[in-house]
Amino acid sequence: MEILSKFLEKNGLVFAFLVVGMIMYGSGIMSIRLTNKKIPGSAIAIIIGLVLAYLGGVFTDGQKGLADVPFFSGFGLMGGSMFRDFAVVSTAMGASLLVMRSTGWVGLLSLFLGVLLSFLGGVIVAFLWGYRDAESLTTIGAGACTYIVGPVTGAAVGASSDVIALSIAAGVVKTIVVTIGTPFVARSVGLDNPHTAMIFGGLMGTTSGVTAGLAATDPKLVPYGALTATFYTGIGCLLCPSLLYLLMRGIF
Amino acid sequence: MIIYGVALLAFCYVIGQLLGEYLGQLIGVDANVGGVGFAMLLLVLLNDWLRKKNYLDPLTENGVQFWSQMYIPIIVAMAATQNVKVAVSSGLIALFAGLVPVVIGLAVIPFLSRLSKSASRAPHGNPQ
Repeated sequence: MEILSKFLEKNGLVFAFLVVGMIMYGSGIMSIRLTNKKIPGSAIAIIIGLVLAYLGGVFTDGQKGLADVPFFSGFGLMGGSMFRDFAVVSTAMGASLLVMRSTGWVGLLSLFLGVLLSFLGGVIVAFLWGYRDAESLTTIGAGACTYIVGPVTGAAVGASSDVIALSIAAGVVKTIVVTIGTPFVARSVGLDNPHTAMIFGGLMGTTSGVTAGLAATDPKLVPYGALTATFYTGIGCLLCPSLLYLLMRGIF
Repeated sequence: MIIYGVALLAFCYVIGQLLGEYLGQLIGVDANVGGVGFAMLLLVLLNDWLRKKNYLDPLTENGVQFWSQMYIPIIVAMAATQNVKVAVSSGLIALFAGLVPVVIGLAVIPFLSRLSKSASRAPHGNPQ
């Protein structure tokens, strides 16, 4: 047993390849047998991943889901931002420059609108829950953008640590909602072409959620959504602690 | 050779991400601004150029394609490393603060995509 656990810890990444491969295989079969291909295998695999992350969090009390279980530490590397971004960039190989260019300014508009609307949504929820100070409202609003914008903003405006934790949680919820929800709502919002995928990426902003959600919907759309979403966190970190915070200070 | 493709991808990644880091610093934000986006644009442009020059052989292309095929498995691994517990256990306010922006965003999509379609139709004369 000790040899096994030591071996798996040392060879974490390779073991993660094996486990993910098995998850993909299993979810492919589930997609065909249980849902008659109505829910794509990749969507099932991602949901299995989230469930495993929850279990990992419950068992270890850590913050990195399954990766905190020593056996599965390789998931941290395989699912970390380096591999993710590397793979996301590679999807651009088949993308059309023409589409990217023609969506240009609407993509930009969707980015700013995405940050503003998310912020507003977060602020309204926080307000309804009884928060009245500009710092907390701003931080929770920022968390509603992405789970990176939240703590960056919270630290900048001097919010309390429980509010910062809350803003991270809100951002993680957003990522999960986008991941799971995208394939189900894609048709009703017309998310079936590169143009809309770029707008979607700009409005949602969570790179993890957007890329995972689009992957489960139609892998061809991934590069377009990722292209705009990748600017979102930066713009959020720019606007929330400055302009939007001042706005909040003016109101409250 | 496969490694040429992987190296090409790595080149785009490094340049793009560095640009994102510097841009972040330039505008005074503690985050990478659009690194992945710059890398993607660079890859699209380089791919276009190399194809025209006929420098791309199928093996080189496979070096990039491999990673784009690995993309969904990587996303599954990423999903498995999210802090789902905190999201589930943080109560209703976190749930709503995460959910409401998504719903608002989804509601705006059809409006914006109509805007984009009419904009792209006007100068080029063809949709999409």
